[in-house]
Amino acid sequence: MSDQNTGSGGAPEERVPAMQRLLDNPFLLLFMGVATPAALYLLWGVMELSQIPLAP
Amino acid sequence: MAVDTQAPSRGFIGASYRTCPETGLKVCSQAEALIKVNAVVAVVFLAVGGFFGLMVALTRWPAVHLLPADWFYLLLTAHGADVLLFWVIFFEVAVLYFASAIILNCRLAAPKFAWLAFVLMVVGAVLANVAVLQGESSVMFTSYVPMQAAPHFYLGLIVFAVGTLIAVFCFFGTLVIAKEEGSYEGSVPLVTFGAITAAIIAVFTIASGAIILIPTFLWSIGYISHIDPLMYKVIWWGMGHASQQINVSAQVAIWYAVAAMLLGAKPLSEKVSRMAFLMYILFLQLASAHHLLVEPGVSSEWKIFNTSYALYLAVLGSMIHGMSIPGAMEAAQRRNGFNNGIFEWLRKAPWSNPAFSGTMLSIVIFGFLGGISGVVMGTEQLNLIMHNTLYVPGHFHATVVGGTTLAFMAVSYLLVPLIFRKEIMFKKIAQWQPYVFGAGVAGISLFMMGAGTLGVARRHWDMGFSDAAMSFDYPATAFLMMGLNGIAALCAALGGLMYVLVIVCSVFFGKARTPESIAAFPTLPKTGGAATVTTYGSEAHPKLPGTVVLVSVFFVAFVLYYYVNWKYLSEVWPLS
Repeated sequence: MSDQNTGSGGAPEERVPAMQRLLDNPFLLLFMGVATPAALYLLWGVMELSQIPLAP
Repeated sequence: MAVDTQAPSRGFIGASYRTCPETGLKVCSQAEALIKVNAVVAVVFLAVGGFFGLMVALTRWPAVHLLPADWFYLLLTAHGADVLLFWVIFFEVAVLYFASAIILNCRLAAPKFAWLAFVLMVVGAVLANVAVLQGESSVMFTSYVPMQAAPHFYLGLIVFAVGTLIAVFCFFGTLVIAKEEGSYEGSVPLVTFGAITAAIIAVFTIASGAIILIPTFLWSIGYISHIDPLMYKVIWWGMGHASQQINVSAQVAIWYAVAAMLLGAKPLSEKVSRMAFLMYILFLQLASAHHLLVEPGVSSEWKIFNTSYALYLAVLGSMIHGMSIPGAMEAAQRRNGFNNGIFEWLRKAPWSNPAFSGTMLSIVIFGFLGGISGVVMGTEQLNLIMHNTLYVPGHFHATVVGGTTLAFMAVSYLLVPLIFRKEIMFKKIAQWQPYVFGAGVAGISLFMMGAGTLGVARRHWDMGFSDAAMSFDYPATAFLMMGLNGIAALCAALGGLMYVLVIVCSVFFGKARTPESIAAFPTLPKTGGAATVTTYGSEAHPKLPGTVVLVSVFFVAFVLYYYVNWKYLSEVWPLS
């Protein structure tokens, strides 16, 4: 696959790598930065606590 | 001389700018005003919270034992809230506006909302302080239930958090404006990327705070009958510890900024530094779990995954920054002609400039004291020998005070001439201030960690247990450690006072910068400048023997200290 696309003016545009596109998108980073700890820390932790049986 | 120009009106908001005569940057007047007010209020809370901290340290000094028990817990609560939340977050909001509108050369998004955010933050912070000082809310910074504070304590924190969230979205809005208006090409500068990291962590922090503080407020006014203590702890630490990760990201961004502005230091690799920040975005907030390592209600899988596997990826990010920033400084210094031997670049660095010395001390104290002790505490087994001892505040005084506060102090010496456009007053005091403060904080951290290793409990008014039904004697060395901690706290307080004196006098009574004074005493030396901060680019083919030596010393200290603690653990539970 070619690494270069042709822009509207005919000049070759360098293809931006996927990781670079990720790092250049603050809102995608925001989603990942909130979703990851929400799932791994908050939700997982709360699920474990909710499974503790109540004392009789 | 500063030039005010009217930018082309866009929508219903016009924005006025000046061109900074020192950096050539276009400075949005609204952003500049908001940076000023947030920074000034931050310093007020640092002064107030720092004074409370000194009172706490003098009470924990057994020979002084200054305050009665109720005042000790009251001022400990106020100290925690004022410095761990209000000082750092007001300053961080100033950093966010600087890293977006100023560095990206664009107007600030929704300035009226940014002012609303500032008002809410001030109201919330004052309300929480009033609640604590009234004496009915001595619940510590953590405010664990079932201890109950006055309703306006929780309300103050909620209002402050709402203000912060609005400020964070003004920052994200400014990024959108900068992109739309084409004020930069390609990727944002690394310093702005560090600020994005801080802002993302702030959103998670505030969301966690809202999840737990709103029900706790309703509980305090009687609308909810019960808050589960363990559920509270898990969710509260999603706010309490993550809020300190905002600091880490902001301080690292400042390290890169100061290195670039003073030395012209470019990152060794933009891509690697950004990956290190990505590690922060994904994993740094999971460190919150280390506060729950002795809780029986959550599984070892949850504890170990969050504090070890995931957190180690964030620690990897910190170690990348810890190597990259001194490496960038060495590369820049060698490019500037300091090429003799391994350490000429370090010897001939601008150590008399408080912005540089503060930054370097911040890196060393954060890395060697805060970073290594954080990894040790985050290991589930090792945590057992220091959990809830003074080791914990020893660790976070190295990170939040030695790391973050010292970095914020350092960059203040650049913000005053560049943003407030005032001369720094008392230059000799300013020159010594980072050393005095850094020595005090390093002492506080080391002596508290020493006392904690000997078992001294944190949050305890009297380590002599004078009124306890059952007596207990700590080793004499523990009392020595607490006395030394008191002396170190006096040293840190002196350094803090020097900072407040220099900054407040410079801002309110300092001479205005003039073209003549700028020419005679430029804030940014010829070796540095704003261009490196505002552009994307890595150092080309650096040779860094000095950094290799420094990083090797760090790793040896890290490994030795880690295994010394396993040795301590083996002595707690001898196998026969």
